[in-house]
Parts: sequence; C-alpha cells; structure tokens
Amino acid sequence: MKIKLDWTPLASEGKRLQRSLQIVTAIVVLGLLAGTQQPARAGDLEKEDLKFGFIKLTDMAPLAIAYEKRYFEDEGLYVTLEAQANWKVLLDRVIDGELDGAHMLAGQPLGATIGFGTKADIITAFSMDLNGNGITVSNDVWEQMKAHVPYKDGKPVHPIKADYLKPVVDKYKKEGKPFKMGMVFPVSTHNYELRYWLAAGGIHPGYYAPAKGDITGQINADALLSVTPPPQMPSTLEAGTIYGYCVGEPWNQQAVFKGIGVPVITDYEIWKDNPEKVFGVSQEWADKYPNTHKAVLKALIRAAMWLDSGGLENRKEAARIMSRPEYVGADYEVIANSMTGTFEYEKGDTRSVPDFNVFFRYNATYPYYSDAVWYLSQMRRWGQIADYKPDSWYMDMAKQVYRPDLYAEAAKELIAEGKAQAGDFPDFASESGFRPPQSEFIDGITYDGTKPNAYLAQFPIGLKGKDKVN
Amino acid sequence: MQDYQEAFRAFVLPLIAFALFLGLWSFSAARIETSLGQLPGPVAVWDQAANLVTEHREERHKEAAFYQRQEQRNRQKLAEDPAADVHIRPYTGKPTFLDQIVTSLLTVFTGFMLATVIAVPLGVLTGLSRNVYRSINPIVQIFKPVSPLAWLPIVTIIVSAVYVTDDPLFSKSYLTSAITVTLCCLWPTLINTAVGVSSMDRDLANVGKVLRLSWFTTVWKIALPSAIPMIFTGLRLSLSIGWMVLIAAEMLAQNPGLGKFVWDEFQNGSSNSLGRIMVAVFTIGIIGFLLDRGMLMLQRRVSWDKEAILR
Repeated sequence: MKIKLDWTPLASEGKRLQRSLQIVTAIVVLGLLAGTQQPARAGDLEKEDLKFGFIKLTDMAPLAIAYEKRYFEDEGLYVTLEAQANWKVLLDRVIDGELDGAHMLAGQPLGATIGFGTKADIITAFSMDLNGNGITVSNDVWEQMKAHVPYKDGKPVHPIKADYLKPVVDKYKKEGKPFKMGMVFPVSTHNYELRYWLAAGGIHPGYYAPAKGDITGQINADALLSVTPPPQMPSTLEAGTIYGYCVGEPWNQQAVFKGIGVPVITDYEIWKDNPEKVFGVSQEWADKYPNTHKAVLKALIRAAMWLDSGGLENRKEAARIMSRPEYVGADYEVIANSMTGTFEYEKGDTRSVPDFNVFFRYNATYPYYSDAVWYLSQMRRWGQIADYKPDSWYMDMAKQVYRPDLYAEAAKELIAEGKAQAGDFPDFASESGFRPPQSEFIDGITYDGTKPNAYLAQFPIGLKGKDKVN
Repeated sequence: MQDYQEAFRAFVLPLIAFALFLGLWSFSAARIETSLGQLPGPVAVWDQAANLVTEHREERHKEAAFYQRQEQRNRQKLAEDPAADVHIRPYTGKPTFLDQIVTSLLTVFTGFMLATVIAVPLGVLTGLSRNVYRSINPIVQIFKPVSPLAWLPIVTIIVSAVYVTDDPLFSKSYLTSAITVTLCCLWPTLINTAVGVSSMDRDLANVGKVLRLSWFTTVWKIALPSAIPMIFTGLRLSLSIGWMVLIAAEMLAQNPGLGKFVWDEFQNGSSNSLGRIMVAVFTIGIIGFLLDRGMLMLQRRVSWDKEAILR
C-alpha cells in the first residue's frame, strides 16, 4: 500500500489559513445579518412548517382532508402528517416537541395533565369527532353469547348488552381461564366505553391503583383489560391472546371482513354522540404559537365541515383518500362501510348507523367542558384518580385542558372570512361549555356534567365518594 | 471446451435453482389462505413492485405541483409586501418506497462509518498490545451478544435527552437508528482487526525492528497492510449485520426507511400488504447482496496480496 505524504510549503499553508478566516468571517457576518430580521406582525404565523402525528384510524380524517383539500395551505401552513406506532409514542413525541400536535384520544390531554402516565400540560381546542368505536369479540365467544341474546325475525336485538356476555365470562372463570380483552390505551375512550359496557352488564373490569404502583387496571377484575395498538387488534384476536376488544374503525369491520371476529356493539349505542378524538397540542406550544394554532384550528374546522356535507360522495372520497398506505391503509371497502353510515355486525348482518362517525354535526367539534368532566369521572370511577376530588376540582381541570375560547376565536375568523356561517356553531356569547344532562346511555343513567360526584354515586360498580382501592 | 462448460455451469445452474424456487413458491402460496387474502406468489409480488414504482412517479408529480403552488404563493406575498420573509420549503408529502431505500442506505452507512471509525483504531491498539487486549476483552464479550432491540430504548432515551436543539439537522429517529447500528456492528470489525493485527507475520515485525522503524511507521506500513484481509472480513461482516440490524431498528425507531415501510404495511392490513412486504424483503436481500459485493471489490482494490482468492 503506497502512502503519499504531501508536505505543503509554509507559504501556501498561510494562504489557506487566510482563506479559511475569510470564509469564517463571512459566515459570521451573514449569520448576524440574518438574526436581525423584522419582528413578526400581529396576525403573522409564528411557525409555518408543522408536523402532526396520527394513529391509523378512520377518525384521523379531518387531518387527511385538511391536507389533501389544501385547507392547511390556504392558511399558509406547510404540514407533514406522520403515522405513529402507538398512542404512547404519539403522546411522548408531542410532549418532547418532535410533533407539533396530534390526533389524540379525548382522555390523553386530561390524563397527561393530571399526571396519570407521563406528566405534561396538554390542551385541546378542537374535538375531532363523535362516536366511531365498536366492541368486537372472537367467533368462539360470539357463538357462546348467541345462546343468551334475544332474537327478533331471526336477527339479534340491538343493543347487545354485556348482560349476555356475563354467563360466558363466568364460565371462563369457572374453568380457570382469564377472560382477556384489549383496548388501546389506559386513558382512551375505548377503555372507558368498554368498562362502562361491561359494568352495565355486571362484569367487573378491574381497578387501577396508581398510588401503589399498580397501573395494570386488573384489581378485582372479572375481565382483564390490556393495551394493544389499534392496527394490531385483529391479529391479536386471531392469535387468541384476547377474546374481544374495543377499538375505532376500521379495525372492527376488518375483523368481520377477514372472518376473525364479530362486532357486537358500537359506542353510539353505549353513549349516543360521545366525544371521541381531539386535536391535542402542548400548552407550551400553544402559548408560543397562538396565531399558528388558530390557523390550524381554522383548517381543521373547514375539513370537518367538508366531511359532514356533500352527502355520501364526500365520505366516499374521504374513504378513498384514507385507504392510501400513508394514511390508514386498510382496503377501501373496509373503511367505506362505517364512513358511509353502515356497520356490519355479524357477517351478513349489515345495519344502517348514519351517525357512526360524526365530524361536524351536533357541534361535534366544540370542546365541551362536560365531555372533559365525563372522562375525569370515569378516571375516578376506575381508580386512575386514586382519591376523592370535589366537583370544583373537575371543573378546574376541564377548564385548564379544554379550550373552547381558542375554538371560538378560530370560528369567528372563519365566519368573518365567509367560509362558515354563525349558524354552524354554538352561540359563543351564551355557551357555558356544558351540554344539557344526557341520558342516552346503555344503562339509562343520566349524566349531568356539572355534578360529577353525584353522577358517580349512581353506579353499582365503580369507586364513588371517598372510596379507595384496597 | 472446459471454459465453456465451466461458464455454462456457473450461469445455468443458479438459473435452474431460481426457477425451481419460483415454482415451489408459486405452488405453496396458492395453497395458503391468510386473513389478509391468499399468500402472494411471484406474479402478485411483481405487480406490487410495479405499483410501488408508479406510486413513486405520482408522488414526484405531486411534489412538482406543490413547489409550483408554493412559488405562486410566495410571489403573491412579495407582490403585496416586498419586505416579506419568504422561503422555499421542502415537500410535505410522504416518502415513497424509493425514497425509503435511500434513507435506509444513508442510515446504514452513517452507522457503519461510525462503527468503523471506532472499531478499527481500537482494534489495532488491541492487536498490538497484550495489556489492552486483556483489559477490554471482557467488556467486548459482554456487549457483543446484545440484540439491537435491547439497545434501542436506551439509545432512544439518551438521544432524546442529549440531542436538544431548536433547529435539528438530523431527526432523532435517524440518529437513534444509526447509533443502534453502530452499537451492534462494531464488534466484528473490532475483533477481526485485533486478530489480524496480532497475527502479523513475525518476519515482517522483525524487519521493522531491524530497520528501527518508529512505532507509527510500523503500524502504518507493516501491521495495517498485513491485517487488511482480516479487517475487511470484519468490515464485511459488520456491514451485513448492520444492514440486518437497521431494518429492526427502523421498525421501532420509526426512521422513514425500509424497516418503517414493512411495519406500516403490516399495520395497514390491506389486501396488498403481504405482497408489498415481500417486495421489501427481496429489496432488502438484493441490497444486502450488492453491499457485500461492493465491499468485496473494495477489498480487492486495497489488498496487497492480489493472488489471494477472495469470495
């Protein structure tokens, strides 16, 4: 191996040094000049290049539509949408700033702010949709449930209550087999809806004891609930690791299409028009970039309006967009079902559920305090909030995390620009942020958002008052 | 006549084996029904490969349109306010399959270069000095068998904590994947370099002593050249391990390369997913093969012993 040793004479060494110094000086001067830019005017976007995360579920639609229909670009925003591996990674990346914002479970901003899981101040000013989940059980479990389900005209009577699952769970318990079910995240809407449904049927879904370090949520449980990321639910069910799950679409329809399981109920039937996903950002980010946040909200509101207008054509187009591999990726037929208002329960038993996904109607996008309080109440019910909290605590938390004031600002700008009408939104001047008491729950119990402790006292299963998990 | 027979065998036998493999695959795929549809055979996989190339072209069109719109918007902004701050920003759409291949290659090279820069000098030192060998050998033996999937959470947390800048040049997932590749692929190079240097021919070492060469010249002119074959064996092993590790690391760190492609397709669960994953598998294999051949050619160039048979 020949190595040439090049000895440059000192003179040209000096020239090289001089040249490098010139370049360095030039860079420093340019840098200083670049630093002294004009200050941004009020109303200017502070940050234009944004990255949002999402999970592969059909209700990320407002984000996909805002991108594909160029609503983000209209506001001067350059957004990259990136699918995340699971809810934990998504939340962590919003907290550490890698993502500017994300498609989040309605409970995530609340859970993070109260410190269940990673503690961070997350807020939301936009509710992405209502409804959209389903509970699916394995073919085996369905066969056993059928014996208890009432039939009419050869078809099961809906809603299918967990009362019909109870004998099956009891049988498994007697045989010593733990009855395992899956949900997507400890503070997910799916977890609370699954627990609500199970408890309404007399099946205990388990308590959390975070003070003692037990966050599995399986204390005293008849059914053992554990976390699986949404796209992996069907394969986990097929593998027999779980006997049922609660997840958003298209993973329930995927199960019935591929012959793996049977969806038994949608969350529309558990709680009519329940809040599902929100668009979450960190408090720090929102404080630093208020104009950018408002622009994002405007684009998302327009996307939500588009999704709920134009009849089925817009929904079909949305389904086609979402079947692309960079968005949800499942087959068009699987996604189109729920997006166009039909839902297939047992194979061949397709029923019309026009409000399966609601993106804008019924003030779906307004972040109501009463929605936040419901999630907090369920966190208390199952022990994620270990101690008794007075009603005022719930109100304060809700007001810190849910920001209808930011939503109102964005909506008013859209109205001023003529892109929306005042009638599309609630009356901002008189809106208290609390929905009137809701009673369309599967167990008939009425929910009044202003009185969470009184609400909790009505449940036979669940912590209430000063109860603690022992 | 001998030559022709030899060439014939070298060329035709692999072809026959490949044809048999395709036939076997096609036959068994048609018999397996999964929940994602029938297992794709060679034809389905070929179709998917063509799809991926088409998607790449479409994405490039969209990119051109995006830049056009951006420039238009910028012109408008400047027309309204000549002092406005405008810049061209990169395309916000998704990386295509071909983009992901490039990302994977860049990441594996970064990891591999880092590993080489650490392992070769350390290996030389270890080979030359018995004491250095004694001290670092236990550490090497303990860390060598650790799987990349075990390193990944630690690397992720460290990168998140240490790499905090307002304007990042590299994405965290890129760094995490590259560093994980480094951690897993530096061991073969290190060990092989050490062995190569320490098994330097005694005669050559004596020549160095007779000529009273300085330590540095001994290393540079005698030890390293004689150890080149072993070093390159180590490098080739490292590169192939690094390539395998990269795919796993990318899946978990979500670096936008081939690993993420496979993971995303699995998550999608569409009817095309299995076919696309198989395209990725073949791509990974072919690239790994090409990387190995590349290293082999490099080794031939650098090696002083042109007579040595290198496979």
